[in-house]
Amino acid sequence: MAVAKQKMLALNGDEAVAYAVKQSDVDVVAAYPITPQTIIVERFSEYVADGEVDTEFVCVESEHSALTACLTAAATGARAFTATASAGLALMHEILYVTSGCRAPVVMAIVNRALSAPLNIHCDHSDSMVERDCSWIQIYVENSQEAYDSIIQAFKIAENQELLLPVMVGLDGFTLSHTLENVQTLPDDLVKKFVGTRKFPLVTSHEGKNVPFKLDPKKPMTIGPIDLYDYYFEHKRQQEEAMQIAPKIIQQVHKEYAKISGRRYGNGLIEPYHLEDAEMAIVCVGSTSGTVKTVVNELRSKGTKVGLLRLRTFRPLPVKEITKALENVKAVAVMDRSLSFGGHGGAVFHEIRHVLYDASKHPYVVNYIYGLGGRDTSPNLIQKIYRDLQRILETQQIEKPVQFIGLRE
Amino acid sequence: MKKMLEVRWHGRGGQGVWTASELLARAAISEGKYIQSFPEFGPERMGAPIRAFTRIGNEPIQMHCAVYNPDVVVVIDPSLLKAVPVTEGLNDEGILIVNSKEPPAEIREMLKVERRKIWTVPATEIAIKILNSPITNTAMLGAVARITGIVSLESVEKAVSELFSGSIVEKNIGVIKEAYKEVKSE
Repeated sequence: MAVAKQKMLALNGDEAVAYAVKQSDVDVVAAYPITPQTIIVERFSEYVADGEVDTEFVCVESEHSALTACLTAAATGARAFTATASAGLALMHEILYVTSGCRAPVVMAIVNRALSAPLNIHCDHSDSMVERDCSWIQIYVENSQEAYDSIIQAFKIAENQELLLPVMVGLDGFTLSHTLENVQTLPDDLVKKFVGTRKFPLVTSHEGKNVPFKLDPKKPMTIGPIDLYDYYFEHKRQQEEAMQIAPKIIQQVHKEYAKISGRRYGNGLIEPYHLEDAEMAIVCVGSTSGTVKTVVNELRSKGTKVGLLRLRTFRPLPVKEITKALENVKAVAVMDRSLSFGGHGGAVFHEIRHVLYDASKHPYVVNYIYGLGGRDTSPNLIQKIYRDLQRILETQQIEKPVQFIGLRE
Repeated sequence: MKKMLEVRWHGRGGQGVWTASELLARAAISEGKYIQSFPEFGPERMGAPIRAFTRIGNEPIQMHCAVYNPDVVVVIDPSLLKAVPVTEGLNDEGILIVNSKEPPAEIREMLKVERRKIWTVPATEIAIKILNSPITNTAMLGAVARITGIVSLESVEKAVSELFSGSIVEKNIGVIKEAYKEVKSE
């Protein structure tokens, strides 16, 4: 299929997400409409009010209820979406596990923001990094265009019959959510066709019949019942098996989407940038990756062999791809926009160092905690990180495995 | 044009600073350019000094950080000249555009600034005359279009007619056209 003719719009990240949801033929959007909510559901509620979509829009009293409404809607076979940020995601914590455990393919946009206290509304990744273990697929985007593209892909990934796992798409608060950027948008009918209608795998009901996996009074079944030491463990194992096949499905959807849009983000899991012959690399998640790219371009023009690995899919962790991308690099700096207090670095650092332990070669791996609470990360700071890596290579020694950057000391 | 143009807007809460930044970005996008437009978020109080930023380039903009060295600084409210460091980070070849009925030399003298190019435009007078209100963001936008040439007057008018509605469209286009004519260079 040829790449479709597209319309260039000026949208901020929130609007780009709302626009993608509008085009994805969503049945139910449930949201808590007050702080820390974003423009995403505000804009979407306008689409509903203007009759541009026939979505059931449910305003609920908390994020805990918002996700519960989405989970139950999805369990009946509906396509469901919600959005939240910061404390809102924290309040959903319990239901995140219920959603994935019920294999409800809900899609949720997370506008990544700091957690209190002190009170802060700006970007960091603390809110979603802490939810890495809840069996949701996590995709982090670099710009508003990718936010639009990833939301459309997310429905198709989540609803894949082999997978049936919820997906969260993270976009950086303010840096993306409130920044107007160019966004190429696909025609409505093409998106609708790409996402398609939900299909359901056949499962054996308690009456011993083969029935589609959804709640239907005519074909009764129970989803999410009590499940003690007899089967709980096996069900958790099944979720992990789904996670194991997720990389294949994410790549497949990403590839199909590239055919109609002409846009690719690496292979959908990781995006290597000038890594082929790189001696030093930064690993980064989210919008700061773009700033790193500009620094890579500049240093490359001076002949320095630097590169970037942007981690797009954080859950499931693309272990093979990370290993292949980084094992020939000599020194790696992992940038974390969240901190695991007392845990020797941030979440991304833990994963990258952990993956490289089994690699054929072991690069030096260090960690930089950056940008907490929206602190800006300038190209100068990125340059400093590459200089630090250079020094590690010269001295063959790591002075500080974990440090803060862009911070008053 | 060079690879990317960065503009910093200075104004006060309620003066449409972000709107000016957004209109410039929308004008550029209608010409097929790549843009970013963002405000500096804080507690948003009416009258407090605030800043907004516009990036315009011929290629997709990868950078996602604050603007440190703008090519153009626009001061929507002249009372800010003494209140905030408006020339901070402004390149030596950079352009400072100030809402003032004074000639640029007076601004240079007042700020004790060397190099850079200074332009003024009597935006408050133009706005009061046409809008009957001292809302100067669109006048400054007209000045930016004229001085930088980054977007055409037609594109600015198009952006205004798309973002605004009702009688203020024509009035603001009138403001922009007048400011476009009235800019003063050194």
